[in-house]
Amino acid sequence: MVLWKDFVRGLWDENPTFRLVIGLCPTLAVTTSAVNGLSMGLATAFVLICSSALISILKRIIPDKVRIPAYIIVIATFVTIVDLVMHAYMPDLHSVLGLFIPLIVVNCIVLGRAEAFASKNSVMRSAVDGLGMGLGFTWALTLLGAIRELLGSGSLFGYSFVADGASTLGIMTLPPGGFITLGILMAVMNMISDRLKKKAS
Amino acid sequence: MTLFTILLSALLVNNFVLVRFLGICPFMGVSKDVDSAIGMGLATTFVMVVAAAVTWLIQWFILEPLGLPFLQTLSFILVIAAMVQLVEMFLHKTSPALYRAMGIFLPLITTNCAILGFAIMGVQNSYSFIENVVFGLGAGLGFTLALVLMAGIREDLRFADIPKPLRGVGIAFIIAGLLSLAFGGFAGLV
Repeated sequence: MVLWKDFVRGLWDENPTFRLVIGLCPTLAVTTSAVNGLSMGLATAFVLICSSALISILKRIIPDKVRIPAYIIVIATFVTIVDLVMHAYMPDLHSVLGLFIPLIVVNCIVLGRAEAFASKNSVMRSAVDGLGMGLGFTWALTLLGAIRELLGSGSLFGYSFVADGASTLGIMTLPPGGFITLGILMAVMNMISDRLKKKAS
Repeated sequence: MTLFTILLSALLVNNFVLVRFLGICPFMGVSKDVDSAIGMGLATTFVMVVAAAVTWLIQWFILEPLGLPFLQTLSFILVIAAMVQLVEMFLHKTSPALYRAMGIFLPLITTNCAILGFAIMGVQNSYSFIENVVFGLGAGLGFTLALVLMAGIREDLRFADIPKPLRGVGIAFIIAGLLSLAFGGFAGLV
């Protein structure tokens, strides 16, 4: 029951993208298509689960004063693993996501969970919390990528819906489209949770 | 590439915040009034210029000769974190007034992905030492410019009548989108 609560927290109530509004750089930069959003989300989820679990194991060993640099080293290690594995087995994806793979290190979600959750809770709960947060981040990125891909290039997960040569809203896959889509999505999420709250009360 | 082109490109054409999506968290978090936007921007610029010099030396005198480029992410982030700490301590001792003005922003700079991002980008572009420092300066000033522009707009926004769900970050993102659209006009400048 406790584990279930830890898991669902990241999916909606404390969704990193829509509720906490953190980890925004990759959210905007790589979501030009649904596949890119999905893979970035999964890469971050992997780092999040592993680093949360390891930091939770080491929580009694790491001295309090140097905990932040220690957390960063743990996180950077897993990021390097993801970076090298992707480079070796998924070179196309690696070149699309490019710079934003090493930048998972400074994604505030990862360090934030380490500091706020993993350093205080058991290994199992920390890993589940990492999984929930990671999947919450993944669905947000995939949704954003899907909307931008659909409007900007007329396709979804690479399957095209429009005739060749038909004009699409190209701006949606460019930087301005990212900002505007996320702004509107935020407003929609606020509306939905307001409705839910009214119904509950 | 001349130094001026690098500066102009980092400052306007490929603005770090509005075109490359780096440093969005502080861009959204600290752009509520102009004074703190300027403080944050200048502190970041300062760290970026120093980081440009130090990460260049690490990459080309330590990591490359020893065949350790895979330690790049790890070593750069540690160096940036350590440097931010040093800058903080140095300012605390030498200029308490400046420290009070910049104080709260300094620790935040470590997790600003614009800094790690630009350090890695400088290596990918294999800039020379001077070029890398100029690139850092341009990136920092570009970050400051975007932050101050945004803060100016958000100060006025407080009196605007905005639909309830859009209030807060929602409208801020849409404004950032419009700013980004405007910066698209600089494309082709260099």
